[in-house]
Amino acid sequence: MKILTIILSCAVLVACTRSTVDNHGVYMLLDTSGTYAEELKKAEQIIRYTLSRLDATDTFAVARIDTGSFSEKDIVAKVTLEDRPSAMNKQKRLFAQQVQKFVGSVRSSRYTDITGGILQGVEFLNEKAPGIKTILIFSDLKEDLAEGYVRDIDLELDGFSVIALNVTKLRSDNINPREYLDRVSEWEGLVVKAGGKWRVINDLDGLEGLF
Amino acid sequence: MDFLLNITPWPVASALLWIVLGVTALYLARSTAHYAIRAGARTLSRTFRIAATMVSKGRHDLNQRNREVLLAAGREAKERIIEREFDRVNETVRKDLANYPKLHRALSESITRIEEDHQNSVDVPPDPPGWVKAVEAVAKIDSREGRVGIGDVLSDIHKSLVKAHAQSMVSYRQESGKRHALLRRMRPDWRKIQQTLGHVGKDVDSLLDRSIAIDRHMQEYEDIVSGKDHAVSILSSSSLVQFFVSAFVLLVAIGGATINFSLIARPMAEMVGGTGLIGGFRTADIAALVIIMVEISMGLFLMESLRITRLFPVIGALPDKMRIRMVWVTFTILFLLASVEAGLAYMREVLLQDELATSALLRGADAAGAEAATLTGESYWITTAAQMGMGFILPFALTFVAIPLETFVHSLRTVLGLVVNGLLRILSTTLRLAGNTFRYFGSLFIKVYDLPLFVPLWLAERAARQNGTQKSSYQGVL
Repeated sequence: MKILTIILSCAVLVACTRSTVDNHGVYMLLDTSGTYAEELKKAEQIIRYTLSRLDATDTFAVARIDTGSFSEKDIVAKVTLEDRPSAMNKQKRLFAQQVQKFVGSVRSSRYTDITGGILQGVEFLNEKAPGIKTILIFSDLKEDLAEGYVRDIDLELDGFSVIALNVTKLRSDNINPREYLDRVSEWEGLVVKAGGKWRVINDLDGLEGLF
Repeated sequence: MDFLLNITPWPVASALLWIVLGVTALYLARSTAHYAIRAGARTLSRTFRIAATMVSKGRHDLNQRNREVLLAAGREAKERIIEREFDRVNETVRKDLANYPKLHRALSESITRIEEDHQNSVDVPPDPPGWVKAVEAVAKIDSREGRVGIGDVLSDIHKSLVKAHAQSMVSYRQESGKRHALLRRMRPDWRKIQQTLGHVGKDVDSLLDRSIAIDRHMQEYEDIVSGKDHAVSILSSSSLVQFFVSAFVLLVAIGGATINFSLIARPMAEMVGGTGLIGGFRTADIAALVIIMVEISMGLFLMESLRITRLFPVIGALPDKMRIRMVWVTFTILFLLASVEAGLAYMREVLLQDELATSALLRGADAAGAEAATLTGESYWITTAAQMGMGFILPFALTFVAIPLETFVHSLRTVLGLVVNGLLRILSTTLRLAGNTFRYFGSLFIKVYDLPLFVPLWLAERAARQNGTQKSSYQGVL
């Protein structure tokens, strides 16, 4: 009888364990440097799309890329969606409002610290420990570090998917396309070397394959 | 292979040598091989036939058991029907014939009243008018003969008589009126008697009809008790029909339960969370399923307590007071669960509207657009009320699942028996067929074995014939 009770208790405990292995963690970096800040309206659409695809217990954070992005202060909005559908809907609406407010009042930064933003995203997602980790980079991938900022740090992107969105071509890219191709392949090499998966999505009408 | 053909310098010769050796070996082992083939075939054949016999015996036992179960179930069902018929007869007798003394008294009173009225209404003849005529004649004689003195007396008498006659006529008319009133008063009594007797007649007819039905059921019951094939056949076909009908109704009920589930599964996530899992299934789904199962269980208990079904003999055997308490308890729980479901259905609609609004907002619509995406005003309350109504009604509708479930469970035993019986019959036939096949295959293998030995067999036959000829010629010489 005792053995039966123990077995049943174990079965109930195992059965009642919450499944968080398949939840999703998304960290989105928004480039606010120079003229790219004008592209942020598109980023807002992507954020809304991402919100619509996320479910309970998923985590989503939006952070800006500025001169020094390796900082919690650069996180514009963050949320871990609740288990209850009504609360989750409320959180999504609030998040969308926060992003809208940010996009409406953003000021462009002088420098672009993408690596710092990625490092911050890795730290954030590792802390939340979701089952699937995705970093979205809404940027032209042109890194421009301020003097004194050290970013030659090995990234740890094992288990991460890094997706570059709306990688626009710069004026210099039009003159020499090799610059653009080199820039993209350089980031790809960096991410793949760090153990992550790399993808580029420039057609924002086809976001179905984002997740 | 080359080695076999190289035992002599000539491959053909080697092959021929091998054939001769092989045929010789086969010929020498012929009787043993025949015996082995025959024994093997016989063993397999007998094994399969024994297996077939055992399966047939098993099928027979199963048939017997099925028959007993079917008869027992039929007997029980018939007892219930007869019991119910007797209950109805008892009810009729109690309700109508228990009032018979009262009825009899009412009839007697009515009849007595009618008799009295009839007596009272007997016609009393008026005074004969001859007196008046006689007095008139005397009065005329008196005046004719000039006897004035007598005439006056007679005239007075005449007047008095006329007056008395008039009074008696008035009195007579009054009496006649009373008698007619009495006769009029008799009419409702007659009607009442007629109606009462009509009711009695109907009750008696109903009793007669019931007695005919009871006779028929008793006849069928006797057939079942005596285990007649006809009764078994009727019960069997009846079971099959009941099985399919109840299965169909249960399928409909499962559809209802599924709709019920979809009504409450989504709002359940609001109560128990949307991502928790128990045994690989969402906790919200399990919670919704548990509510539906509890409702069905309460429905079963309610039906049992009302003695509509008899799946749990313990409940049926409870004292009436306890049973009625159980009816109220189960009904109350069912009512509360139905109310909870109605609330959850309302919650579902609210959540749906909330999700629609959020989706619209995330698609880029403004607040007005988001509101337009949801149902508002007149159409909103229709869907909400419909969902709440369904949430409240479905638990009560599912209560009636108990009836087809009981029929299904009872008829399932018979249907399973029939199916297993059919399978055993097929198995038995297959085994018997396999047994016969092995027997004939034994003979075939013997013939096939002898086929390459046709040369030595021919020679042996020829030699045997020659020996036989020599023997007979020798015997003839002797």
